[in-house]
Amino acid sequence: MTQPTILLALPSAHARVDEVRNSSLELITLARSLGRVDVVTMGAPSTEVLALLGLYDVEAVHQAALPTAVPEEQQRVTSNLAAVMVAAARKVHADVLLLPNGFAFKEIGAVAALRLKAGLVTDAAGVRWDAPGVLHVAKRVFGGTWDTVAEVRTDPAVVTVQANTVVAEPVGVGVGGVGVGAGGAGIPRVEALLVDLPPCAVTVKSREVSRKDEGRPDLEEASVVVAGGRGVNGDFGPVEELADVLGGAVGATRDAVFEGWFDRYIGQTGVTVAPAVYVAAGISGMPHHVSGITGSGQILAVNNDSDAPIFEMSDFGVVGDLAAVLPQAAETIRAWRAGREG
Amino acid sequence: MRVLVLVKYVPEITSDRVMDSGRLVRDPAVGLMNELDEHAVEAALQLVEALPDEDARESSQIIALTVAPSTGDMAIKKAYQMGAERGIRVTDDAFAGLDYHGTAAVLAAAVRRLGSDDEGPIDVVLCGLTALDGLGSVIPAMLAEELGWPQLTHSRAVALGADGRSLNTTRETEESVEELTAPLPAVVSVTDAANEPRMPNFKRIMAARTKAVEEWSAADVEPFLEDFAPRVSVVDAAVHPPRVAGDVVVDRGEGGTVLANYLIEKGLV
Ligand SMILES: Cc1cc2nc3c(=O)[nH]c(=O)nc-3n(C[C@H](O)[C@H](O)[C@H](O)COP(=O)(O)OP(=O)(O)OC[C@H]3O[C@@H](n4cnc5c(N)ncnc54)[C@H](O)[C@@H]3O)c2cc1C
Repeated sequence: MTQPTILLALPSAHARVDEVRNSSLELITLARSLGRVDVVTMGAPSTEVLALLGLYDVEAVHQAALPTAVPEEQQRVTSNLAAVMVAAARKVHADVLLLPNGFAFKEIGAVAALRLKAGLVTDAAGVRWDAPGVLHVAKRVFGGTWDTVAEVRTDPAVVTVQANTVVAEPVGVGVGGVGVGAGGAGIPRVEALLVDLPPCAVTVKSREVSRKDEGRPDLEEASVVVAGGRGVNGDFGPVEELADVLGGAVGATRDAVFEGWFDRYIGQTGVTVAPAVYVAAGISGMPHHVSGITGSGQILAVNNDSDAPIFEMSDFGVVGDLAAVLPQAAETIRAWRAGREG
Repeated sequence: MRVLVLVKYVPEITSDRVMDSGRLVRDPAVGLMNELDEHAVEAALQLVEALPDEDARESSQIIALTVAPSTGDMAIKKAYQMGAERGIRVTDDAFAGLDYHGTAAVLAAAVRRLGSDDEGPIDVVLCGLTALDGLGSVIPAMLAEELGWPQLTHSRAVALGADGRSLNTTRETEESVEELTAPLPAVVSVTDAANEPRMPNFKRIMAARTKAVEEWSAADVEPFLEDFAPRVSVVDAAVHPPRVAGDVVVDRGEGGTVLANYLIEKGLV
């Protein structure tokens, strides 16, 4: 078998692709372990983006060229984005399509898989070739209680991959030193990808891009998450302070979001996270919530009830008032850093 | 209006789930209807109740459908309790262990069969955003694709258009909030923010006890079924080692410092 071709979607919030999310770099790193890597974009990549993709050994960027009559917000309808993936997969004879694991991308992958008659696996926590043409995909299921391996023999296979599954690494790290892209393919070439859109019955009347948490990493991708629950009692200040000291993202439980204290929640009907450190503050640890955090490295809990279920799954816990414990923790870390520097 | 609601029986989320040969074994003693499906049934009821024309309301039909072994009846019964009129369970050994594509194909066949009877076409298929046991959240989109219908998924609001032949929804994902519209028939999935599922009243609970569930086998949907052979197979399944509770300290004024030191010592800062 010749070297397999791995195709992946490079999401961008805007028409022009001027940033590459860390989750995309992880996906590229994973893709590289499976074969040669091509990416699909909806807009023109900037010079900086191309240089970065080169360091990660991306061969080619396929920039979708949609019929000009299709308005911008209409391009993002699931059916149309799936058409883009299908066109790219056919063009490069892709063996595997990799997509991020968000709700929107899962649907795009699912529709593309049907059109390509491809096997689909979502929520992957690992992907490898078991034999040429036989893909093995690892995933955690049922709230993190079981590990399964799914086998896909279709050509292509479609897989959506959880964030933090691999560590993003440019080519040459550990061999030729960081940053120089030793052995990298240089700047990837950009090719136009002509896409014929099938008729689409869904009309977008308006579209508003969700506000990102300014200055903080994306919740789905962050390596540190500090989350608050009902126990914050309306004040997310201590949660945000500790998150910022740790360079992490802020999360919440559904109850805290329904109270209007924060905008995005973690759990079965919310975001799934898998950071290296997860701090649960004023969170009881109900199954709906914790099934969204089981992939985390270290789970730390602060709760004033020593019987709170969250302690049963925590690596370390403090029984106390979060309004006192979190600011003190933040202050201690700041002092420790200052001590090291001076 | 004819509305089909997809429902699923799932193990109680706190119960230990057992797998055998790569499949989930469902224990009828611990389980319930997938909670998000209650929001789908509620959305169906509200769509019908909002019809301006009384005859249209009277002639409307809400059907609950599940592809499942006999435990699936628990989900249908719950839909009856809330107000569904008809319930169908599709069961066949040939349909055990379906993958995503197979599930979508069988559901599509059932929709086609219902649409071909003499009670009129199906106008809307409603489902919960995701089943809480599998969490794929891709079935609604795949069913729409199989049927060639528009998909209005992740809806936190659903309403019939003024023309009575279209649906307007608010779709919320991690990327954006969109106002969408599409002509009927369409597949809609709802989030738990879409509505507050009603509590069944005593009369309905009693009626649901004795109300039968129609059973369809593969032969019943076969004329409408295209390729449903699995494209993915589970080759290995093992219990993930449970997390072991670590140290818990009681804050006596230094809890924050202890927490910070834990992070520092582990090299996590
Ligand atoms: C269909 C469905 C889907 C759901 N999906 C999700 C989901 O995706 N994500 C999600 O999070 N939830 C979800 N839920 C809700 C979930 O079941 C729980 O109700 C929720 O997670 C509880 O949130 P909480 O821990 O913030 O609140 P609580 O359970 O009320 O816990 C608050 C905790 O704060 C502690 N506390 C109080 N004051 C203080 C203080 N000063 N200092 C320290 N600790 C304090 C208390 O001891 C308590 O343990 C879902 C529910 C349903 C029915």
